[in-house]
Amino acid sequence: MSGQPGPGAVMSTVRSIVPLLVALVLAYLMQTVVATMIGDFYGKMLVDVGIAIVLGVSLGIVNGFAGQFSLGHAGFMAVGGYTAAAIVYYGSIKLFGTKAIYGGFLGPGELLLLGACLAGGVAAAIAGWLVGLPSLRLRGDYLAIVTLGFGEIIRVLIQQTDDVVLSVEKVKQTDWYVLRDNLGGGLGFIGGPRYIDPKNPFWVWLFVAVVCLVAYRVKYSNQGRQLLAVRENEIAAEAMGIQTTRAKVSAFMMSAFFAGVGGGLYAHELGNSLRPADLGFQRSIDIVIIVVLGGMGSISGVCIAAIGVTLLPEIFREFSEYRMIVYALALILMMILRPQGLLGLKELWEIDWRDVGRSLVSAPGRLLRWLVGLPVVIVGVVRRLPRQLRATLTGRELDDDEDAP
Amino acid sequence: MLTLGSLYALIALGYTLVYGILRFINFAHSDVVTFGAWTAFVIAGALGWAGTGSPVFAMPVVLALAMAASALLGFTIERLAYRPLRRAPRLNVLITAIGVSLFLQNVGQLDYTFGTQPQRMPRLLSESALFTIAGVRVATSDVVLVALALVLLVLLQWLVFRTKLGMAMRAVSWNEQTASLMGIAVDRVISITFMIGSALAAAGGVLYGLRYHQLNQTADAIWVLLGLKAFVAAVVGGIGNVRGAVAGAFLIAAIEMFGAAYRSPQMRDVYVFGVLIIVLLVRPAGLLGNATVEKV
Repeated sequence: MSGQPGPGAVMSTVRSIVPLLVALVLAYLMQTVVATMIGDFYGKMLVDVGIAIVLGVSLGIVNGFAGQFSLGHAGFMAVGGYTAAAIVYYGSIKLFGTKAIYGGFLGPGELLLLGACLAGGVAAAIAGWLVGLPSLRLRGDYLAIVTLGFGEIIRVLIQQTDDVVLSVEKVKQTDWYVLRDNLGGGLGFIGGPRYIDPKNPFWVWLFVAVVCLVAYRVKYSNQGRQLLAVRENEIAAEAMGIQTTRAKVSAFMMSAFFAGVGGGLYAHELGNSLRPADLGFQRSIDIVIIVVLGGMGSISGVCIAAIGVTLLPEIFREFSEYRMIVYALALILMMILRPQGLLGLKELWEIDWRDVGRSLVSAPGRLLRWLVGLPVVIVGVVRRLPRQLRATLTGRELDDDEDAP
Repeated sequence: MLTLGSLYALIALGYTLVYGILRFINFAHSDVVTFGAWTAFVIAGALGWAGTGSPVFAMPVVLALAMAASALLGFTIERLAYRPLRRAPRLNVLITAIGVSLFLQNVGQLDYTFGTQPQRMPRLLSESALFTIAGVRVATSDVVLVALALVLLVLLQWLVFRTKLGMAMRAVSWNEQTASLMGIAVDRVISITFMIGSALAAAGGVLYGLRYHQLNQTADAIWVLLGLKAFVAAVVGGIGNVRGAVAGAFLIAAIEMFGAAYRSPQMRDVYVFGVLIIVLLVRPAGLLGNATVEKV
């Protein structure tokens, strides 16, 4: 895989460990400084933003880098979330004898959470392998359709699990291998410990740092360039000797892994009830929107979009009726006026700001041109409809008059 | 089962028509279905037809008006949202479709449009038993709905394969540029395709309302699921293929109903999506589609 001769083994170890240490320090600072400063409301935002970034950046690996359109990210999130929740709930009863939070910051309970999130990620990655291997051989939209089907199947299957989450006493009496079917069904997996709260964003932001780091290293590695080649033109990439299916499947698994971790974090956030209805098609769409708005292939762009998409609805909460309409309109306008998303393929520090200026200058003109289309459409419909109907019914050829652009 | 099948067929045709021509999944299609059903409800209310006392011609009139309104909506959507993106990457069009879908869902829930409460669709068709086959009571409404759907399907078949317009549609779907060089007004053909698809979607929506009576609010997940299953039907039959969509719709309806009846009713969605995945793995182009090999 790696082509270029790297620096010495020591240097390369240092280079891979230092960013991790920085990530740890940053997450610790988030916990000790930022979370205590901003209070509970914004602390909750902080956690939500973090989870959105984990999900967005992870989808960005497969969607942005490899250009494969997945509509089942919430399905992987559900696999990871339920795996992690089951491990933490039943595990903490078996190990600690309680379903409440056990141990303080970095205590045994939180380490169980960490392990559960990683296990959830692994479970999701396996699911990603199962889904991706057959469907990624095919081109284009089929992945979207298969992942969509997968997400729905996962959701319905979880809904079929046993409604009753076993009580602490019940769990203590049962052997560990019988504890698998009680995942709360359609009602949701409730009652487990919620380790992640506004005062404890450490784990979320640790994984934010890790996922950004991994995505960054992938993007500028041999593998990332393979993915970008696949994205630009799959046939050409194959002709260049890239094993396209293999590149895509590994990206897809990586993406699923972090989706699973994100699901595990989501499952243990205070105030979230882990319900299958919340992890359906709509959630997948939300994550896709983050990636597309931020720019497909840009990690920092996706982070900015995740922040925006999470915070803006909260800020405009009082216009609750209209905010979704405005959101939808913004999405459509964004696609028409800036199709490559906020940052496109570039990272924040690679932007040529003169381009941004030019784009901003031309935006009002383009918006105007689109808006002028509105009356043209209405007039056009009224004017042409009878003629067209007649032409259709009599089978006569439509006469040629040009449409307004 | 036949009712459900014809319902899926009508909606699936909209997906397949649009995909055949523009090669993208129109996620806003299920919202056009919703719009059609709710428009029918509003029209029936405005004309004072609320139930059993309404005249025989009530249903056709409501249906025609709802279809016309939806065709107009489809035209507007295509013109404002999709046409500016004709040359953009497909993913952008897809996201735009999602944006349109969100927009329609939420506009439909405003107080002065359809509101946030589910409503009962008036019973415009008699539900007394028309005849009985093998102990199964067949209601008049079911017969009318299936007949209506079949008529619409035959009409579409005629339109696509026997008229100049249909020929133009098939030409655009085959190769847009060549079609344009041959003197076909591509933009217009696409507009008309959207209008036809939307009108059929409205028909599907109205039939749904008449059959199940319950009209959920426009952002309800039930509409999305209805659309998704119709889409699955289109894919299973071979997306872009008109006859395939109909075949797929009846197949999906049969699997869903028999699966629900003989196995477990809660798992009906799993059967549908399971069939989708199996079909895609075995025959990626769908049952009636032909596989194309992409070349440089």
